[in-house]
Amino acid sequence: MPDSKSAPSDTITRRKRTDSFSVLSPNGHLGFAPIKTGSFYNGVHAKPDAIACDSGSCDIGPVPLACDISSSPYEWQYHDIEHILLAARKLGIPAIIGSAGDTGTNSQVDKFVAIVHEIAEKHGLAPFRLGYFYSEVTTDFVRTHLAHGGVIEGLDGRSNLTLADVDATDRIVAVAGVHPYVELLRQGCDVIIGGRSSDSALFAAPALVRGYSEDLAYFFGKVLECSSFCAEPYAGKETVLGEISHEDILVYPMLEAQRCTISSVAGHAMYERSNPFEEYYAGGRLEMRDCKYEQYDERTVRVTGSRFIPADDLRVKLEGAGKVGERFVGLVAIRDPYTISRIDEVIAWSRNHVTEAFGKTGYEVYYSVFGKNGLMGEWEPVRTNPHEICITVQGVAPTAVMAESVCMTAMRQLFYARLPDVKGTAGGVAFPFDEVWQTKPACRWTMNHTIGVKDPMELFTLHTSTVGQEIEEIAQ
Amino acid sequence: MKRVPLHEIAKTIRSKNAGVDRITFDVICRDHRDFDLIRRSNAISRSSICELFGVNDDRISDFVEFEPANAIKFTLYRRYSSGSPGDMDIFGSQQYGPLFDIQIPVPDDWKPTQ
Repeated sequence: MPDSKSAPSDTITRRKRTDSFSVLSPNGHLGFAPIKTGSFYNGVHAKPDAIACDSGSCDIGPVPLACDISSSPYEWQYHDIEHILLAARKLGIPAIIGSAGDTGTNSQVDKFVAIVHEIAEKHGLAPFRLGYFYSEVTTDFVRTHLAHGGVIEGLDGRSNLTLADVDATDRIVAVAGVHPYVELLRQGCDVIIGGRSSDSALFAAPALVRGYSEDLAYFFGKVLECSSFCAEPYAGKETVLGEISHEDILVYPMLEAQRCTISSVAGHAMYERSNPFEEYYAGGRLEMRDCKYEQYDERTVRVTGSRFIPADDLRVKLEGAGKVGERFVGLVAIRDPYTISRIDEVIAWSRNHVTEAFGKTGYEVYYSVFGKNGLMGEWEPVRTNPHEICITVQGVAPTAVMAESVCMTAMRQLFYARLPDVKGTAGGVAFPFDEVWQTKPACRWTMNHTIGVKDPMELFTLHTSTVGQEIEEIAQ
Repeated sequence: MKRVPLHEIAKTIRSKNAGVDRITFDVICRDHRDFDLIRRSNAISRSSICELFGVNDDRISDFVEFEPANAIKFTLYRRYSSGSPGDMDIFGSQQYGPLFDIQIPVPDDWKPTQ
């Protein structure tokens, strides 16, 4: 394993204050791209009290959850877990990994647990306590909840959940707050692999267990969860270190070229969120309206004033996704200025042929016109005709055979579209590739909702075991 | 007064998913002076966003000024939830382009902060 042979420069090293607790954050999404190990080992030299790293995101779309796959390469996941696990065991501090394998489904938790076992064996690690928890919820559980009059409330403009939404769902995960992490830490776990979780919970939980306030612990998690995104200049996958005390939070980067500024830390507080002043977790709301950001030293920002307001009723977020159908994709390109100026008619021609062949329902077909409004659709304000366009054609249908046929029909009929004054009569479009490709199934998010619970642990199943010991027993 | 395009004033202009059903847009200035210029110009407002993106006001889920970061932030409900068939921007990371050329009135002697 690579390790930093020499101590990092004085620029990086800050003497930790007494009566504070520090957590190293090496990666905002473990597996999406590998940890940059230089700044990671600068952080390890600083002797943090824990290492925490989330591996999940719903940014990757609904396909991984609906199909129960990971969108990240196994090798990158293994790489990061290996560095984190070895460093944490060497320092004798907790290693906390949440939302295993992008989605945090049970199969991904099992995969990360297996990786931990494999690394422990490979490096002959001394026995340690491993804790893990599942956060999948079955569609039957949700159906029963609805049948008993439970209301599963829609988030972000969604309606409350209906049975039709459940029917369209293949897989659901509940998003854990701090509770399973706190419980596993209290049970003495050295390494934790979590199912789907709020990123902040991984950092807040060890601080809470050590007696720091909820007011600061949740913001501590919030500021650290995306690692180097809270520092500047922009750099991904570099490590940052956070320190929580009873009065404040300090955050500073482990990459020499970066620094934390009021602007970078405050800017991160609003990243990927609609409201920079408050954020909801299972169990309460983080209020950031009165946060005060100060430049503590050249590279460090101090934050005070966050507050956590416990919720009167406990609600846990559910993420659900379902398969819509099999999907094929094709590409065509156009350079003829006249054809480009009448592109809507060309697409209408193609769409009519698809309807004639397959009827009006039972499949979906999409044309995205890059060069015109492929990315933004009707939000695109620019209306001028480009000199060249590319159209992606998608066919979605219950079977692969039909999806391929829908996609192929739509693509080929763009070639044959009849326009009154077309000059090019040898074919209306170019085929960069005269083929269509099967992608992963087309899926969609079916649940972005919250469910009421009596106990915050209700949807999460905890497990603990000792890693290393079984191997010794076998050896004897 | 003269007019300069937003991309000359703002340090950061970005868009990104805020959950699976919304996209959030951030315009972050280098300093409070520029933030104040943009804020007072009203060039980025609920109504200017509606006009630019061709949407109704109910498409905007939030519109906030975030002073600690010298930022203006607004969030739109997505046309398709992230990654659904038909969505061509799963991360919502390329929806901010039209903001670049919003014209901001500034004093004649305005220069970008170094």
